[in-house]
Amino acid sequence: MSKVRLVQGNEACALGAIAAGATFYAGYPITPSTEVAEQIAVLFPKIGGKFIQMEDEIASIGAIIGASAAGHKSFTATSGPGFSLMQELIGYAAITEIPTVVIDVMRPGPSTGLPTLSSQGDIQQARWGTHGDHSIIALSPSSVMEAYYETIQAFNLAEKYRTPVVLLMDEEIGHLKERFEVNDEEKPEIINRKAPEPGKEYIPYENTEDMIPPFAVFGSGYRYHITGLTHGEKGFYSSALPVVDAMIRRLWHKIEDRVDDICRFEQVDTADAEILLIAYGSTARSAEEAAEVLRAEGIKAGVLRPITIWPFHDQYIAEICQGRKAIIVPEMNMGQYVREVQRVVQDVPVHSLTRVDGEMITPTEITAMVKEVL
Amino acid sequence: MGKKWRIRLSGTGGQGVIKGAMILAEAALLDGRNATQSQVYGPESRGGSTRAEVNISDARILYPKVENPNLLLCLSPEAYQKYIGDISEDAIIVLDGDLDKGALDRSGVYRLPITEIARDQLGKEVVANVVALGAINGIAGILSDEAVYESLARSFPEKILDVNRQAYQLGFQAGKAAIE
Amino acid sequence: MNALYENYFRKNLPHIWCSGCGNGIVMSAFARAMEQLGYDKNKTTAVSGIGCSSRITGYLDLNTLHTAHGRALPFATGVKMSEPEMNVFIFMGDGDCAAIGGNHFIHACRRNMDMTAIVINNHIYGMTGGQFSPLTPFGKKATTAPYGSVDPAFDLCELAKGAGANFVARGNVYHAKQLTDLIVAGARHKGFSLIEVMATCPVSYGRHNKMPKPIELMNHIKENTVSLARAAKMTPEELEGKVVNGILHQVDGKEYCQEYQNLLDRIQGGGK
Repeated sequence: MSKVRLVQGNEACALGAIAAGATFYAGYPITPSTEVAEQIAVLFPKIGGKFIQMEDEIASIGAIIGASAAGHKSFTATSGPGFSLMQELIGYAAITEIPTVVIDVMRPGPSTGLPTLSSQGDIQQARWGTHGDHSIIALSPSSVMEAYYETIQAFNLAEKYRTPVVLLMDEEIGHLKERFEVNDEEKPEIINRKAPEPGKEYIPYENTEDMIPPFAVFGSGYRYHITGLTHGEKGFYSSALPVVDAMIRRLWHKIEDRVDDICRFEQVDTADAEILLIAYGSTARSAEEAAEVLRAEGIKAGVLRPITIWPFHDQYIAEICQGRKAIIVPEMNMGQYVREVQRVVQDVPVHSLTRVDGEMITPTEITAMVKEVL
Repeated sequence: MGKKWRIRLSGTGGQGVIKGAMILAEAALLDGRNATQSQVYGPESRGGSTRAEVNISDARILYPKVENPNLLLCLSPEAYQKYIGDISEDAIIVLDGDLDKGALDRSGVYRLPITEIARDQLGKEVVANVVALGAINGIAGILSDEAVYESLARSFPEKILDVNRQAYQLGFQAGKAAIE
Repeated sequence: MNALYENYFRKNLPHIWCSGCGNGIVMSAFARAMEQLGYDKNKTTAVSGIGCSSRITGYLDLNTLHTAHGRALPFATGVKMSEPEMNVFIFMGDGDCAAIGGNHFIHACRRNMDMTAIVINNHIYGMTGGQFSPLTPFGKKATTAPYGSVDPAFDLCELAKGAGANFVARGNVYHAKQLTDLIVAGARHKGFSLIEVMATCPVSYGRHNKMPKPIELMNHIKENTVSLARAAKMTPEELEGKVVNGILHQVDGKEYCQEYQNLLDRIQGGGK
């Protein structure tokens, strides 16, 4: 019988994490992300992984950072309120450059909000939720298969860039069940963090050419210090102005200078599109369906789907928007991603289509707006 | 190209409509078609009415929710009241017995004693969802039997698989009889 | 002392602590304990939160993780759970552990993971300049309790015991040799061990409470500490205001990592 099966988005994340080589999970139950933890609680013991349910989300992210320092690919899953609680330590992972993956299954907020319905309201929180200047990587899947592959990518990017990576998945995809089929012959590429060069002096936060210092895991014989204070290349606290400046700038540039490597987009019928719909997550599915309907009616519409939400690729977005009649950015929030598009696109009108009642934006809502702006 | 199905299964919490929808969607995948399955979580699934939805199509399914279903199953009068509103004109409607008290006067309505079959013939009311699945397939011919049996085997442990197979068969026969 | 320094300290001293601070005494007691325990430094991790005492990790030649305020225990939990062979010590201050980290503390006690937590209790937030903590005695003064604290204090050892810690001890910076013994005993005990250390902060605590000189705080500790053995012979009236020292609680309960390993063995062996 076929290997195809019906799998839920949250479950696909758990499977993707295992495929990426994750061996440690710490989490706290929260709707609508709990199935990730439940799946891992079932699957990890079978492969020798460690699952621990912590006392809250702060403890959860603390534990995964600790486990990652000890060399284990680690992750947690949460939703809005828990994601808010994690922000301080997401900053800790950013400044200490410890690879971590946080799956945020988005539900409407603020506060407890609407726990069981869908939202894309954490786009800006993922970028700026923790205090201070740092960069971050965030990805947003649009299907169950993509939840699997983008979870693998989240680990790869966390390991490669020594950074926290957020998988921003709306509840719609988290709870959607659809086709899941993994071809065993086509193993996805798995990236592991760069280890120190044997025989060479280890400088934990060395400003290497690629701006990503090698990572010595605890227990491997390199005894060094990790601190959330600003630090010099050796890892110890420093308040010396040039040291602090260099550290913060490296944290920023190691990601922001690599948008060509990090950012991925899918284009559907964009070549001759007069109307460009920019949409991510589940909303992109509605946008694609809307574009099909519009094409059938003779309106040239296309879809740009950012898979990578952060970092934002200014140049790519500016160029692809050039010469269009209009850009429409539908999203399940009051216009969080559209702000970025508007920031880089000056000579084409950029319209925001918002929905914040917990339900998906429908293809009909998008086609209606296209006709309104044309 | 096979027909594109927009299916809504509804009933009272605990009647297994979500499980039924998952079996249905997985069987469609096994038939080589595309399927999405979703349900509304939240207050309305506690105690009150519950619904689960399945899209089935040969083409890629983009918008994953069900709008204007062309197949509606209702296992309780409350669910009927709640979910009859937005169905499409040509929809097939499968009701558990006479729960609308004969009110619905249109073609494509099938009143089958689903819970009764489960309770009286199998002695297990909990398999009503699979009886319903059989009835739907008997009426609409959506899935191959082979795919349904595989999907059932994936969904139930060995010791209750047999009664579910029987439930499917009885439902299927009732559905088939209804259209003949 | 030189060998101890050579073996267990990084060469980035001098430290940041004020004269009369108890943190250095705790740090050297810990280094002596390490010497007695003979642990492989590569297989030993020290985790700390934020505060004066949490700076200890920066001076120790181990795998060291200086985390966020109140969060040392979750990080340590991740290290230990993922690498059960690692020896894990946690250094926290009283505000760090009992206020902002209070929830993590009781749950770490409950889980009983084999780690040793050393809580340096100087009754005050030192680094932020002398605010009262949940371990500041009732009536004592602080910059945020200028007329005397009306907050009742936790008994941290009783809290740990109640929450399920398997090894609970109290020492102080005056009885430095005993402190080393307590750390050794705590580390050797399989399970979560708490060692509360009564410590001195002349600048931020003593100054507000008529003990501005380091020697006055030391004498205060000396005069108000009674050993477990002596306490057993004292009446409740005599014990009023005294601090009891020693191993206050020790039981052998289920250790978390071992229990998880048992679970792994069971599931991987085909069990349920």
